[in-house]
Amino acid sequence: MIKSLVKKGEYFDSVSLMIVGQDVSKMEYVQDATVIMATQENKSILRTAGLYKKEFEQYNDTDLLIVVKSDFEDKFEEIFENVNNLLNKIRNKKDNQGSYRPKSLEGALQEQPDSNLALISIAGRYAGQEAMKALEKGLNVMLFSDNVSLETEIELKKYAIKNDLLMMGPDCGTAIINGVSLAFSNIVNKGHIGIVAASGTGLQEVSSIISEEGFGISQAIGTGGRDIKEEVAGMMFLKSMKILQDDEETKVIVLIAKPPHPSVVNKIDSKLKNFKKPVVTIFLGTDEKLFNSDNFIAASTLEEAALYACALSNDTEIIEVTKFLNERRDNFQKIIDQKVSEMDSQRKYIRGLFSGGTLCDEALIILRKSISNIFSNRSSSKKSTLTDPWFSKEHTLVDLGEDEFTVGRLHPMMDYELRNKRFIQEAKDLETAVILFDLVLGLGANQKPLKDLLPTLNKVKTIAPEISLICSVTGTAKDPQKRADIIQVLENNDILVMPSNASAAEIANLIINKI
Amino acid sequence: MKFKKLFNKKVKTVNIGLDSFEKDLQQQGQEVTGLDWTPPADLDEHVLQTLKENQDKIESANEKVLEIILNGKPYLIGLDIARNVIPGMKDNLLLHAGPPLTWERMSGPMKGAMIGAIIYEGKAKNFKEAEKLGSSGKFKFSPCHEHDTVGPMAGVVSASMPVFVLKNEEYGNYAYCTMNEGLGKVLRYGAYDTETIEKLKWMEKVLYPTLKKAIEFKEKIDLKNIIAQALHMGDEVHNRNRAGTSLFYREIAPAIVETCKDNKITAKVLNFINGNDHFFLNLSMPAAKVTLDAARNIENSSIVIAMTRNGTDFGLQLAGTKDSWFVGKALVPDALYFSGFTKDDANPDIGDSSITETAGLGGFAIAASPAIVQFVGGSATDAVNYTMTMYEIAYGENNIYQVPYLNFRGTPTGIDVAKVVKKGILPFIDTGVAHKDPGIGQVGAGVLSAPMQPFIKAATGLAKNLKK
Repeated sequence: MIKSLVKKGEYFDSVSLMIVGQDVSKMEYVQDATVIMATQENKSILRTAGLYKKEFEQYNDTDLLIVVKSDFEDKFEEIFENVNNLLNKIRNKKDNQGSYRPKSLEGALQEQPDSNLALISIAGRYAGQEAMKALEKGLNVMLFSDNVSLETEIELKKYAIKNDLLMMGPDCGTAIINGVSLAFSNIVNKGHIGIVAASGTGLQEVSSIISEEGFGISQAIGTGGRDIKEEVAGMMFLKSMKILQDDEETKVIVLIAKPPHPSVVNKIDSKLKNFKKPVVTIFLGTDEKLFNSDNFIAASTLEEAALYACALSNDTEIIEVTKFLNERRDNFQKIIDQKVSEMDSQRKYIRGLFSGGTLCDEALIILRKSISNIFSNRSSSKKSTLTDPWFSKEHTLVDLGEDEFTVGRLHPMMDYELRNKRFIQEAKDLETAVILFDLVLGLGANQKPLKDLLPTLNKVKTIAPEISLICSVTGTAKDPQKRADIIQVLENNDILVMPSNASAAEIANLIINKI
Repeated sequence: MKFKKLFNKKVKTVNIGLDSFEKDLQQQGQEVTGLDWTPPADLDEHVLQTLKENQDKIESANEKVLEIILNGKPYLIGLDIARNVIPGMKDNLLLHAGPPLTWERMSGPMKGAMIGAIIYEGKAKNFKEAEKLGSSGKFKFSPCHEHDTVGPMAGVVSASMPVFVLKNEEYGNYAYCTMNEGLGKVLRYGAYDTETIEKLKWMEKVLYPTLKKAIEFKEKIDLKNIIAQALHMGDEVHNRNRAGTSLFYREIAPAIVETCKDNKITAKVLNFINGNDHFFLNLSMPAAKVTLDAARNIENSSIVIAMTRNGTDFGLQLAGTKDSWFVGKALVPDALYFSGFTKDDANPDIGDSSITETAGLGGFAIAASPAIVQFVGGSATDAVNYTMTMYEIAYGENNIYQVPYLNFRGTPTGIDVAKVVKKGILPFIDTGVAHKDPGIGQVGAGVLSAPMQPFIKAATGLAKNLKK
């Protein structure tokens, strides 16, 4: 039986509610539960979950719905009381922070008049308006929210450029400004390498590798993935290139993006022609021939881009990087032979379970060099698109951060639950040979990754000890989760941890080709 | 170049959304202000657009309105009978709190008060007769607000009732309000029994002439001054009027002694005022009214000039939209109930007393009134936060009314309907709660936010005028 409790005019942010929802679902006597604001989208989630009731029609965006499914009629009162307690805890945590918490940007600027950045992560439908308000008040904006319309994005970026402000996003997850890591970013050394990225996890991977190599970041500007599409025309990407060219602290620049629209490629290309600072590009999957300029160094992986940038800022010949990577590749052989010998004959497929979209893209590109048919939910061609992303087919790489997995759920970088289930699903498939995955650390990400992941990995090994578990860890020594410690424990648990996402994909590729 | 400013400076962030981002910044030792963000009202985009396009016009109109409100000089200048002074007052007219209302839609306490007033006027002998008359159409009903008048709770005013006469000495306009009857069985909560009517008669026959003479003797009493002092003494002059009443008592007592020759009457009148902590409410309300009314009809202004409830509907008027009412359903307050009563007994919000909030007092000034924080959740921090929140929807700050705790910051003054809808922050009202049945009286005191609907309608109405 399903019962609900409605609190009119009580607004909570979606992440807080998801955490409460999870806690409620785990309560005794509860079969299923949802705690959400009564928006149209959320109502349709309720419909899908079979938790919808007709009376919900009258409620709207500012009403809180608590819906509980349980077979114990006499327990509902107790359950709802517990939910109330959880909600009160969140409220009080906020209220007890001592000083007044303003409710609007205007109020915040009274409290902190010299603010220079707005970090916005409210629901997309409101986010555009808030971002415009912030720009109008002269603030730079990092817009984390997605579901902001293309028109709004263009309007915001035009306004920002006219007024010489940064407009990072929408859907910008990562940025490092003046050494301050924002949203889903890693804590990196300060230094002289500047980054412009239309890809959040790409930025995380490159900035982390640079920092772990002992180099540092001057500024890392995220633009949001849509910036390099035809409609937005690379407005913020190009602007950021200019900003970094003018920035005295920045000596070397890395440009990161999934393939930009050809018209945007042209614009970047012509900007690069007269560029005064050394530039490394990693435009994953873009045909280099599209560029006329040779005033930059094109990397083929995120790791390579990071290492090139380090070399350039250190006056090292970049050929040294190539040499280093080749030597490392030669050393893979022993590992490959061992893994292959452990495999039983019917296991032949790779399954990639990613939380970072760009990391998934990069792995796809590397694997496709020698494996012709890989299915994915990030494929541009229809033929290789996974018909049902919830189930793998032959060789499959899935990005669990895609919309179909995150509706009404936390992102897989924060909450491993969904991916953990998928691990088990793949482990039970007798044709799975390799499970390739990423582990992204840093701010915003899961703060206890080992506790949440290790039991699952060990379960995989119990189910199918032959499966090779291969991963890379995106992060730094300065991150709260501490990359080296995480790697140590994973290796102690017999997980093959590679130094980068690219090298993990490479070794996975070599194993698959050998079995 | 602004981004350069960002690059060379410390990053100072406003975080709008996920709390964890704020914590991460704090852990990096960064300055960050987190919002307790609320979504804006569900408003037609064209309305927002129109308001935005006309921002300069609205702004300069609001500037004018705020100036008038701040310059207002409310004085008590006398007492008179309603019929003699209230514009448009007639023997068959009954004024009431809130926006316009028909007999059929009146709530229990409103109907009770109407019946009481009909009996008081001698038009009926009992409930039955009065009810028949009330529903017959022989009596007309009209909002106090449309007659320069305000009344607490049911706010019923009939022709023979004595009323305070207030004048805004700066702008020359007047306002009227009955005298406060005290607690217990009282007309304003819908009581109509003999005891209630007898008290009203005593007020008319004894209290009124005595006070009238005393005020004539004093010539006038500066109410702005009393309110400003009362705020420093723990009143917000809506739900707590103890200091205001005491200050008024100090002003009027010597004059009563001077002018009333009958010692017994003197004692009784003085005791009546002294015994009613809310006596000053019926002066703080018209003081707010006379101050705000001077700012009516300032074209294009988005500032609320009246905000009021009739026990059924909540209504408001803007300085920039003439006499239009923007109305929505009145809500039931969250209250601390007197023992024996619960929320089920409560009538939806009622009374013109939210004129105090409209003028930057009451709930807007609750940080000045720690003594009544039980009504707002228990802690003094809550009260401060309510006032702080109201600054976000106020157009300005008061020059005379201050909150000592906030370093004597002026109270948030002039509710800007544009800010209300854009920020989704509703005016906060602290108020008495009436029983839903007539004649029972007050069942608690508490707080509530105004409903959003009237504000959406008002913003839409203003946008329509701007488009013309």
